Amino acid sequence: MCGRKRCCRLKDIKPGRRARIRCHHARGAVRQRLLDLGFVPETEIEVIRRAPFGDPIECCVANYKVALRNSEAGLIEVESD
Amino acid sequence: MTDTSQSGPQKLLVGLAGQQNAGKSTTFNMLTGANQHIANYPGVTVDKKSGSYRHRDIRVETVDLPGTYSLTSFSLEERVARDFLISEKPDVIVNVVDASSLKRSLYFTFQVLEMGFPVVVALNMMDVARRNGTSVDLSALEHRLGVTVIPTVGRKGRGKTELRNAIADTAARRAHHPLHITYEELEPAIEALKQRLETSQLAENYPTRWLAVKLIEGDSEAERIVSQGLGEYCEPIKAALEIRKKFEDSHYMSVPDYMVGCRDRLATDIISTCVAEAKDGRDRITEAIDKIVLNRFAAPLFLIATVFVIYQLSIVKGYELTTYWWPVLAKLRAMAAGVLPAAGLLEDPYIRSMGLWMVDSANALLNYIPIFLILFSLIAILEDSGYMARIAFILDKLFHAFGLHGQSTLPYILGGVFAGGCAVPGIMATKGIPDERSRMATILTVPYMNCLAKIPFYTLLINVFFAPYKSWAMLFLSTITIFVALLVAKLLTATVLKHRETAPFVMELPKYHPPTLFGVGQRAVERTWQYIKKVGSIVIAVSVCVFTLLQFPGISQEKQANFEGQMDKAVATFHKKIAHTQYADRFRDEAAIVSMINVYNDFKTARLTTKGAEASKALAEKFRADYPEQFKFLKPKKDKDAKAVNKALRGLVSKRKSLRRQIKEEQISTSFLGMVGRSLEPVTQWAGFNWKINVAILSSFAARESSVATIGVLYQQGADENKSLEDRMGAEAGQGGLSPLHALAVMVFFALYPPCLAATIMIKVQTGSYKWMVFSMVFPTTLGFITACLIYTGGKALALSGIQMMGVFYGAVVLTAVCTGLFNSWKGQPLPAPEEAPGLL
Repeated sequence: MCGRKRCCRLKDIKPGRRARIRCHHARGAVRQRLLDLGFVPETEIEVIRRAPFGDPIECCVANYKVALRNSEAGLIEVESD
Repeated sequence: MTDTSQSGPQKLLVGLAGQQNAGKSTTFNMLTGANQHIANYPGVTVDKKSGSYRHRDIRVETVDLPGTYSLTSFSLEERVARDFLISEKPDVIVNVVDASSLKRSLYFTFQVLEMGFPVVVALNMMDVARRNGTSVDLSALEHRLGVTVIPTVGRKGRGKTELRNAIADTAARRAHHPLHITYEELEPAIEALKQRLETSQLAENYPTRWLAVKLIEGDSEAERIVSQGLGEYCEPIKAALEIRKKFEDSHYMSVPDYMVGCRDRLATDIISTCVAEAKDGRDRITEAIDKIVLNRFAAPLFLIATVFVIYQLSIVKGYELTTYWWPVLAKLRAMAAGVLPAAGLLEDPYIRSMGLWMVDSANALLNYIPIFLILFSLIAILEDSGYMARIAFILDKLFHAFGLHGQSTLPYILGGVFAGGCAVPGIMATKGIPDERSRMATILTVPYMNCLAKIPFYTLLINVFFAPYKSWAMLFLSTITIFVALLVAKLLTATVLKHRETAPFVMELPKYHPPTLFGVGQRAVERTWQYIKKVGSIVIAVSVCVFTLLQFPGISQEKQANFEGQMDKAVATFHKKIAHTQYADRFRDEAAIVSMINVYNDFKTARLTTKGAEASKALAEKFRADYPEQFKFLKPKKDKDAKAVNKALRGLVSKRKSLRRQIKEEQISTSFLGMVGRSLEPVTQWAGFNWKINVAILSSFAARESSVATIGVLYQQGADENKSLEDRMGAEAGQGGLSPLHALAVMVFFALYPPCLAATIMIKVQTGSYKWMVFSMVFPTTLGFITACLIYTGGKALALSGIQMMGVFYGAVVLTAVCTGLFNSWKGQPLPAPEEAPGLL
């Protein structure tokens, strides 16, 4: 449902870049958990780094740092700057 | 549940709800004090803590709900918390909120408010928030939320009276006007659906607005409630679906997303009016530390260094501490020995030997206390500082490839990744893993780690059979178990655990902050105490069973007579040797001899543990004072006769010792356990185990320590010449044809062997099922036995030596593990399939 340009998945954002969450493709428990931790549509998000083995990734949402796996980050559609 | 008589409620039910790490438990402890008890919620493994206190003549029953991020129905904890709220209808909900991350906590508060409960917000960790530069306008927050907000610092007990007052006031005040969460464009639809639900019988038991909101949101639990009450295809469900569809068609946005957006805007609005935030210095410090600690190349080094430091401090230094600690335990044993009936000449009274056996079993476990105190303190430091979450972050990919979770690290470390640890606290630590499948896999594989008690057995066998390759063999044992554990975890998650619930890895990386001495100390003592309590009782109980199985039916009459004859002969020799001395009459009586032997042994034992001339002198003085009559035979100075008695006594004691050993061996080999060990030989021969090893393995089930003790009794030829157990076993091994290959098979079996009884009980506690407990015993035994057979029979067939076979086996396991891990990464991560996609398009 996000058909515009410059849309990609959170997992494709390079460390150090910012993006804005557009929508979730996650459902059920995963979606709820992401929402609980602040991955709410329209929120600004910054990808900080990847773990040494490439997965998971660390993001900064609101005021705190959250780590999530690529598989979950792939479910979040973002609009990058 | 509540008594709402005219005079007002005399009894209140309060539910304590909040997110994980908001300080719910400390608030609970603060409210209820010591008056609390822990049980399981019926049917599930989640802890139910409840307690009560009196306030203004009201008895307040407080239930600590599981910490959850929200009140949806996705995880077990969430379901438990929500079911409690719906079915028990507490009079007041105390929502514990972490003041330092207020915005996120508000989502939870909204959900409780939406359910229509009277709420008191306990704004906890105000001190942390203040330190972070966050200031909260309490009256504005109270005004916005429409509920009482009490600032607390749970750790320091601040805000206790205020909170108790607020609970009583909120319960007494029947009418309350909490914050109304508006869903803007959806409001008319919600209102209409609410009206419709109000006319149904559901209105009696459930808050109707909440049901309406949840139905439109597509919450499966709400749909279940409504369809149970009104039928599967009832009007409200159909109406909700229609509302959703219509909204989504016209707004190009899912209803749940829209609702979340509404709540988020409200939370943002509240935060902007009530909270002022100064820039936090800790943010910068945390970022600076993370730049190094989480650096792609430096991270693994830091991790290894951390594990190494933990190992060095707890295991190596902790072992050094046990040299001071063990004498204390030895004293306890001596005290017990003094209280119990005295030893006999040849055989001890049953009560005495059993009592001492129990004390010895307990001591073997208590000996680890210094190690555990250090280990648990270090782990508490890691947890409190925030590095533990980073470890999970670094290792998640690796663990995930095997079906585990980044948070499996802590249980593995506690279980003894390299060497030394204990499966019991390890299994306890799996509690925090949110992913049910990974949690089960972790619980079932932690026992593969090398617990402290396995080490003496390994050391023994390695010293006997792999002396030239000591370090290689030790490295082999301490690392092979990790690979095996990973492979087993993969196997289990791909088979028996396949259908378990999984959860996404979404974890907060907290800011670093220095741990407090009190917090760390408290946790370390608490965990050590849990270990002592949980393990102690069980191990002692089982040790009694093992003792009985080793003791009965006892040796035959002829053998008994034979031993007695030998002892009589030794006593006769003793008499003959001292006949010419002036003390001959003193020892006419057998009781006098026994008492003399006991004093002699006590003195000898005491001397072994005393160091230095000063201490020896003091010891001698003490014995001289305690046993004025007998002391001269212990240290005969110029008394020639006493010297002769001393010499004869030494001979007698040595003969007695040897006879007692023989009796013991005879007893074990003819005992029930011995019979089982023998009857297993036809099967276990394929793994190269003889009956002695079988008995050692069987007896080690109670606690691993007993394996070495049992082996010690069984391999005892030469014990009198003060040969070490290693030498004795080596010598006998040569005669009995035991080879390094045998030893390798035994060691590997021992490494894969099921957890000890205490750990299996812990598995029962953490999984909540006897089925898994039995599985945790049967599966590793089978796996261990098959592996041992492969090593022994396979090694023999290929004519490989022990060390060669060790290399082959190691290579095979490591290769399999690496391939499994890589294969998984190539395949890519399958998306975790949600159990139910709540009605979305």
